Amino acid sequence: MNKNLYRLDWVTICLYFSLVVFGLVNIYSTNFNENSNLFNFKIPVGKQFLFFILSLVSAFIILLTKAKVFERFASVFYLLTLVMLIGLFIFGNNISGATSWYNIGGIGLQPSEFAKVATALAVAKLLSEIQINVKNIKSLLQVGLVIVLPIILIILQPDPGTALVFGAFFFVLFREGLNSFFLLFIFGLIFFFILALIAPIPFVFASIITLLISLYFFSRKLNKKAHLLPYLALIFVSCSYVYSVDYIFNNVFEQRHRDRFNIILGKEVDTQGIGYNINQSKIAIGSGGWEGKGFLQGTQTKGNFVPEQHTDYIFSTIGEEWGFYGSSAVVLVFCFLIIRILYRAENLKSNFARIYGHALAAILFLHFFINIGMSLGLVPTIGIPLPFISYGGSSLLGFSCLLFIFLNLDSNRLNE
Amino acid sequence: MRKLLLAGLTLIMSMVFIVRLFQLQVLNTSYQKLSDNNAILSISDFPERGFIYDRNGSLLVANQAAYDIMIIPENVTPFDTISFCKLADIPKEKLIVNLKKARRFSERLPSVIVNQISKETYAKLQEQMWKYEGFFIQKKSLRDYRIDFGANVLGYVSEVNTNDLKNDEYYQLGEIIGRQGIEKSYEKELRGEKGKRFLQKDRFNRIIGEYKDKSFDIDPKPANNIHLTLDATLQEFGESLMQNKRGGIVAIEPSTGEILALISAPSFNPNLLVGRNRSNNYRKLANDTLSKPLFDRGLQALYPPGSPFKTLNALIALQEGVITPETKFKCNKGHYYARGAFMECHCKRGSNNDLLKGIYQSCNTYFANTYKKIIEKYDTPDKGLNQWNEHLKSFGLGNYLGYDLSVGKRGFIPNAAYYNSWYKEGGWKAPTIISNAIGQGEVLTTPIQLANFTAAIANRGYYYTPHFLKSVSGDTLQRNFTRKNTSINPEHFEIVVEGMHKVVEKGTARIARIKDIEVCGKTGTAENFTKIDGVRTQLTDHSIFIAFAPKDDPKIAIAVFIENGYWGGRWAAPIASLMIEKYINKEVKRTWLEKRMLGGSLVSEYEKPISGKPFEINE
Repeated sequence: MNKNLYRLDWVTICLYFSLVVFGLVNIYSTNFNENSNLFNFKIPVGKQFLFFILSLVSAFIILLTKAKVFERFASVFYLLTLVMLIGLFIFGNNISGATSWYNIGGIGLQPSEFAKVATALAVAKLLSEIQINVKNIKSLLQVGLVIVLPIILIILQPDPGTALVFGAFFFVLFREGLNSFFLLFIFGLIFFFILALIAPIPFVFASIITLLISLYFFSRKLNKKAHLLPYLALIFVSCSYVYSVDYIFNNVFEQRHRDRFNIILGKEVDTQGIGYNINQSKIAIGSGGWEGKGFLQGTQTKGNFVPEQHTDYIFSTIGEEWGFYGSSAVVLVFCFLIIRILYRAENLKSNFARIYGHALAAILFLHFFINIGMSLGLVPTIGIPLPFISYGGSSLLGFSCLLFIFLNLDSNRLNE
Repeated sequence: MRKLLLAGLTLIMSMVFIVRLFQLQVLNTSYQKLSDNNAILSISDFPERGFIYDRNGSLLVANQAAYDIMIIPENVTPFDTISFCKLADIPKEKLIVNLKKARRFSERLPSVIVNQISKETYAKLQEQMWKYEGFFIQKKSLRDYRIDFGANVLGYVSEVNTNDLKNDEYYQLGEIIGRQGIEKSYEKELRGEKGKRFLQKDRFNRIIGEYKDKSFDIDPKPANNIHLTLDATLQEFGESLMQNKRGGIVAIEPSTGEILALISAPSFNPNLLVGRNRSNNYRKLANDTLSKPLFDRGLQALYPPGSPFKTLNALIALQEGVITPETKFKCNKGHYYARGAFMECHCKRGSNNDLLKGIYQSCNTYFANTYKKIIEKYDTPDKGLNQWNEHLKSFGLGNYLGYDLSVGKRGFIPNAAYYNSWYKEGGWKAPTIISNAIGQGEVLTTPIQLANFTAAIANRGYYYTPHFLKSVSGDTLQRNFTRKNTSINPEHFEIVVEGMHKVVEKGTARIARIKDIEVCGKTGTAENFTKIDGVRTQLTDHSIFIAFAPKDDPKIAIAVFIENGYWGGRWAAPIASLMIEKYINKEVKRTWLEKRMLGGSLVSEYEKPISGKPFEINE
């Protein structure tokens, strides 16, 4: 039994409740009709409400559980979710092209949502062990394997959006001392990737060569011993990366993937085809004005102009019906929640709890960044939910577990 | 450092998002409009077009429901085409073509598949409609003319054209506008004011409900009903009398200027311009360039007024003091009005007529002399002619009368400037223009102008602007059909009225006598010409008659103009007389005369000039 409940972080719990309730309000609005009712479990808002109750029950059980249990059984949870992910290939339900679901009594369960929890626990467990050091290449490979296994299984479903979220663990590794080179490397990859897409290849090559050669001569002035070789190697690696990005983008990617990037990069404005969702989402949000059109008054929402509005595009309903005030408030609540989790995690003595807290914050951040960025037309279309708000039972349950495990660990801070 | 990366990124991205939200929601205002275009459908809500009644309250024009069969292609399931075609009374090929057209237009939006089905078809079809998914019947409103006459007065409605759209922002494509007649003149009263309803659409353009609980909706303003001054019975009677003839009849109530009947012959059934065959019928009417049924002869046809014009010359001469009722002129079957220029007259040799006799005998000599005196009263003929012109203008001649229909002609009354431009200045004198004395020459009038000055004579010196509008329900309209005084003093009228009474009692129009009604009138016979292959050819004279009755307290003033009807007493006088009898006595006792007029035909007369053969006139 957990005896530290009175030390619970009630502020975070309040933030959690406000987000979930606000989510229910907006899901209610997106599918509003005369049968809309919180207790009608056949419609989204009713289902979401049901999962909210389920989440609260789970949260209650989690809070009553001793903190040690999570650390001790982390690997068990992890293996269990791996089994569930593998089991999908046999027992899974195919919904819109991806085998991501178990159907249990008419209710869909998405194991990849729980894989986030289990992986976070497993990574925290592994990194908190004394003999593990991320600066050590062997340890790094060990941790990397733990992260990559579920990614592979999820990509195979295929659900690349959810798989992408596991990239959040990079932030965790970096916090735990990963070489800065990796950070530069990742940002370099992203930078050159975008550059390769928006600029002609010869131009990119020319800039890379000019930049690195001048860098070489600059370093020669400071240090006569500087070698040309590493710079030449860097030129070679950068150019071949840029070339391969270009090649993959044009020859390996399917047109729909290319289009997603083109829309964001402003290369293509096809508001009837692939650009329809983003365009309608922007119209919905943009038409909200300062105060929004009001609850149940969103014409974009009522007319179903934004597809997937109650799931991935729920933010467009918020923008339309609650305006700049409402949507900024949501952004601020997320910002505050993530930073509060990070702050509290940093103050925990237990390495396991701290690393877990980081993983939680990083996962929330990636969802927040991709989902809202996509609704605002800043990030390519990647279908992942907005935590606590988007419709989706497994997602709500998964995130609730993720959060409440941290709250449990956090409330236990004095016992370490 | 490492501790702060994620927190920093979170802060930066939150700021980026808020700036982006501010840009989308606050700075950029175009999204509101895009969203409204997306989701709001505004539908015009039309009030029912106003009804039109005659002066006695009988309904002339109402509205009828018409039914279109509509489809929404995406809802159509396979159906029994043959039985549907039978029910809807449409050939199978046409149905297939229309279905294809509808599909091409939109899968989700309704299109018309069968236009304006009859009430019988509607009744049959309605019971069977459930068999045909995706089909429904849409009601619309058409004009319903309860009468088969009066088309020239009532006018018609049609869809707005690009000009209307440019001229008046009120209208939108596909709407109805009054195109002619009363429908045009009182368009604003009859149409009311359309309202707006806002509906919400979903992304498939389907209606999903009211927008904001109707709070933005604008209620339509109901249309007004209009009561006309027209007497439907008289109008119908007049049109039947005019069958197989060409010309116009205008009847006015002198004491008010209310137009009791405006007949233009040939006319057409107003119902021809309603419904399925509207455009075909219209084309036929518009292409009939010989009898010109769309041309309102009562308002638009210019004729020389002929002898009725003598009454005006008599009045002017009395007013100018150049004659008295006792003034006499000698007539020997006519007279020389200048050296070698003889004007014929049908008076007996050796007649010596005073004004009264001059009028009822219609003595050309008398009025030629009178006219000469008017022109020569001043030191130059210019002054005399212009004075004469001013008097005639006060009777509403030579200009638009200001009645409430949109077609008309000014007519023509010459002045000095006109003749000075034809002859050189001083190159003309009274004898030059002597034809004006007897309503020939350069004078041109429309039948309504004839009727109007007859009303002025009946009133002994004034008239009201003739008009068709009696009242508007709701009475929103300012009416300004004012009294206009002529420039002739009232005391001069009695002798002319007496003369006109004698015309009927013992003069040229004895056929116009009605038992127990004192009718005053004046016949006219106007020479007229046309061009056949470039050659000026005389045609049979026009038959003209003006009249009012009863002599004291006149109830009706009337002008009848029958093209090529020969002399005034032959067609125009009997028709005018029958009209008066019908209006005052409500029934016609002289059935023999009625029969003769109804049965009389001038078709052979109208065929002469186009037959291409030589022909006789005035036979």
